Amino acid sequence: MFLINCPYCGERDQQEFKAGGEAHIERPKQPTELSDDEWAEYLFMRKNIKGVQFERWNHAHGCRKWFNMVRDTSNDEIKAIYKMGEKPPAQ
Amino acid sequence: MNKNLRVKSSEYIDETNRISFKFNGKTYHGFKGDTLASALLANNVHLVGRSFKYHRPRGIMTSGSEEPNAIVQVNPGTNRTEPNVRATEVEIYEGLEASSQNCWPSVEFDIGGINNFLSPFFPAGFYYKTFMWPASFWKKYEFFIRHSAGLGKSPTSSDPDIYDHRNIHCDVLVVGAGISGVLAAKNAAKNNFKTLLVEEKNELGGSTVYENNEFNKINNKTPSEWLKKEIEELKNIKNLEIKTRTSVAAYHQYNYLLARENLTDHLEAKDKTNKIRQRLLKIRAKKVILATGALERPLIFNNNDRPGIMLSSAIKKYSEFYGVACGSKNVFFTNNDSAYESAISLYNKGINVEAIIDIREQSESKIVKKVKEAGIKIYWSHSIVDTTGYKRLNSISIMKLSNDGTSVTGSKISISCDCLGVAGGWTPAVHLYTQSGSKLKFDEEKKVFLPNQNTSEQISVGSCGGDFKIDEIIKNLNQKLKDTLNINETDLDSIKVEIDQENSKRNIWLLPSDKPLGKTKPFVDYQNDATAKDIKLALREGFRSIEHVKRYTTTGMGTDQGKLGNMHALGIIADTAGVKMGELGTTTFRPPYTPLTFGTIVGRNIGKFFDIFRRTPMNDWHVENKAEFENVGQWKRAWYYPINGETMHQAVQRESKAARESAGILDASTLGKIDIQGSDASEFLNRVYTNAWSKLAIGKCRYGLMLNEDGMVYDDGVTTRLGENHYIMTTTTGGAANVLGKLEDYLQTEWPELDVYLTSVTDHYATASLCGPNSKKILKKIIPDLDLSDENFPHMSFKESKIGNIQCRIMRISFTGEHSYEINVQASYGKDLWEKCIEAGQEFNITPYGTETMHLLRAEKGFIIVGQDTDGTMTPIDLQMDWIVSKKKYDFIGKRSLYRSDTMREDRKQLVGLLTDDPNIVLEEGAQIVSELNQSPVEMLGHVTSSYFSPNLKKSIALAVVRGGKDMMGKKLFVPMENKNINVTVANPVFYDEKNERLNA
Repeated sequence: MFLINCPYCGERDQQEFKAGGEAHIERPKQPTELSDDEWAEYLFMRKNIKGVQFERWNHAHGCRKWFNMVRDTSNDEIKAIYKMGEKPPAQ
Repeated sequence: MNKNLRVKSSEYIDETNRISFKFNGKTYHGFKGDTLASALLANNVHLVGRSFKYHRPRGIMTSGSEEPNAIVQVNPGTNRTEPNVRATEVEIYEGLEASSQNCWPSVEFDIGGINNFLSPFFPAGFYYKTFMWPASFWKKYEFFIRHSAGLGKSPTSSDPDIYDHRNIHCDVLVVGAGISGVLAAKNAAKNNFKTLLVEEKNELGGSTVYENNEFNKINNKTPSEWLKKEIEELKNIKNLEIKTRTSVAAYHQYNYLLARENLTDHLEAKDKTNKIRQRLLKIRAKKVILATGALERPLIFNNNDRPGIMLSSAIKKYSEFYGVACGSKNVFFTNNDSAYESAISLYNKGINVEAIIDIREQSESKIVKKVKEAGIKIYWSHSIVDTTGYKRLNSISIMKLSNDGTSVTGSKISISCDCLGVAGGWTPAVHLYTQSGSKLKFDEEKKVFLPNQNTSEQISVGSCGGDFKIDEIIKNLNQKLKDTLNINETDLDSIKVEIDQENSKRNIWLLPSDKPLGKTKPFVDYQNDATAKDIKLALREGFRSIEHVKRYTTTGMGTDQGKLGNMHALGIIADTAGVKMGELGTTTFRPPYTPLTFGTIVGRNIGKFFDIFRRTPMNDWHVENKAEFENVGQWKRAWYYPINGETMHQAVQRESKAARESAGILDASTLGKIDIQGSDASEFLNRVYTNAWSKLAIGKCRYGLMLNEDGMVYDDGVTTRLGENHYIMTTTTGGAANVLGKLEDYLQTEWPELDVYLTSVTDHYATASLCGPNSKKILKKIIPDLDLSDENFPHMSFKESKIGNIQCRIMRISFTGEHSYEINVQASYGKDLWEKCIEAGQEFNITPYGTETMHLLRAEKGFIIVGQDTDGTMTPIDLQMDWIVSKKKYDFIGKRSLYRSDTMREDRKQLVGLLTDDPNIVLEEGAQIVSELNQSPVEMLGHVTSSYFSPNLKKSIALAVVRGGKDMMGKKLFVPMENKNINVTVANPVFYDEKNERLNA
């Protein structure tokens, strides 16, 4: 059970949070101009890495804010947490 | 046989407090402070169980939670009964009853014992190999196998006890209160760390409190004397909480640990009532100090499992701590000095020690000299090759061990004995350490796995960290405490330790016999009856991974998780396969460390707290009026209101007719309600719904369909414009939380530039939906001032008004196709509103209806229910709802996906109506639909999603999804059922009032 440092509330137990998949996948601004393949790339393709992964998390049973997390999936070490819209830390 | 083997009073046993208990129906006596195991041993009872596979008689082997054999059923036949309890952990109390498991008719005479003589036919993998063919016979095999297997019986009535959970946050958690744990906790607390010390036993101090080796001294006192004083001082330390009878079950990442605190298991039945039995502690610690100690290893030799064969350290504890002699003719078998301490312990109490068999060539330590001086015969370089005695050990045979330790030579010597203490060295209890994700390393010299790489802030101290001698323990503990707590000095700086320095050891994982291995039974896992032979067989058959060997032989898979024998299994595999143990690794230690009861895991979340229900403000009225309820998400919704013993069908037919003929009323409070405000609210709705919202006038309502980004229908509902920048959105009952989450997600991550604020107000409003041709007259009676004319208050519009003094919001919207109003008031007035409507509707025979009638009425109109007629694979086009998809809007969630090649396929499943040729046959929801009956394989075209008998149309109607259904109007299809094929015709899904004339009736 992780201890997650919500950027708005501080350290809270994992059970207050919801994981939201891979981070930094931006919704295309002009979807209608994309080919089926390009749209499918946005819609379906997600990485499943053993190692350092960028993820979205939501403090669902707390402030309900979304934020980003850098997590090593091999040992669940949380390497960084930053707000939506902020630049990811350099690897 | 029933002689008393108490040897000398112990300070931990209260001999003035005599306790009687029953074991296998027979009454015995023990004293306050005894465990079931110590009390049985005091009564000279060794035989307590039968092994799992061969039903071999087994006795008490250990004195702690690692016990593999002495597992019993506690209080059999009562509602407090519990199987698979270790006799070594049960504290006795007046009235305790326990019985053996896995034996029939009794532990003394067990029919299953025949398996022992058939054992050559039960090698590893026997069940896998034998019961494979023919596959169809498995069900028959299973019946017999399940009946002959099994450890204990689960209770058949509900548990009378209370269980609890508690969250604990601390600076330092110390696990284990042996000498290292006590000292660590003391120093942490003294340095102002909020400290929690947990110990699985009922006393602090571990094995040191009965440490009797006269050659070990701490500050010139015996370690036991010194430590007892330290323990006494703990009472006066602030910041320190101590929990005994508390076993840590799991150590998760980020220093999150689960422990079970046992509060009443040691009490008499009358004292257990109305108290919390066990509490699950959920501990989040900044730092964890593991002081879990070490478990003594047995030795693996032929017939090493007979009752009377015990761990040497257990014999010592029974004599020193419980004052019990385990045998009258004792022999020890060892590869290190530990057994000599046990021998001296017995000798000092006047208990006969016949001999010590030592596989080493010699040892020069003081304690060995003392044994020699005591006149106890030592056989150096000897090994036990066999033992005899079926229900109790009666002799051992020993032979000289060859120099390389792989064979035995010379003549056989037989020694008569009734108790054998085995000492195979010590295994650090690293189970919790590895659960935390930390990594072990094999120490070739000590032959143990030791903590190596920590993943969280933790240290392992004392013997679980590889320090076995008191001087090493104190020295390393001191340094580790300073480093981890960041302190400069501790109590331990000034401690002087003297020890008996010899520490030689000769490690042989599998001891040889004069017989070939195939003719011997050297048990590695006592509980699952896995022998060294089975492990070697697995290797011969090609298994290499330790995890595979474990599963094939079941080594380490019992309720004791192989705490005793796992190291030997690894050793034997390494030796046989010619690899190093460090390279082999260990199997995974999984939580819980010792079994947990279900009660502890679920705590208070039982009965009505198992899953929390939400009830509407009108709920009491529904209950008073005998409604049947249906679960919808977390809600309890009124399903139908039977009168005079009506069946559901009869009630629903009556309710449905009344709603169309006069007036009906539905509790719609459960619909999700989201308040949307902000200058970009209209733009936001444009982006989340498929249709256009900018031009919706204030005071008007509009139905909206929400898609996922993949184009599939996600939710629907009516949204009303309350003001220029103010909307109220309704969602489906079950989808409310997810819709809010999804909208928040888009607002925060994709469109942060939008000025929009979302608030869930589902619980803030109660909603009564009034419908039917007389609904207008009823509303008029409640609010006489409100102009209800179609000009002032048309369909799909909204009015703010008052019922008496109470503010209300009224939407003229309809989910039934009838003239209808949804009246919203503040939740606390919900029941008042409802009762007012019922009262005003009396003269029109207003009929309350539940969800079932609501479903029927909307199906007559062909309105979909998201989640019933859709399943996450239906686009609005598939639903024949093209009319709600804006062609003009540049973008909305899911728009692009509606033009993917797959979503544009003509042969997708599409929503249609179905009419049965026989109007009295009602289709089953979920039934499959086909076009050809004599096809093989038969092609499934789709399935029925909603089906009812319509009292208003006087025929059966159904909605279905059918491949290419849009172009099948009038086509004949079939619904094949178990006993008949039902003929159906594809129809328009709007069955009733196709022109919507009734909305304004």
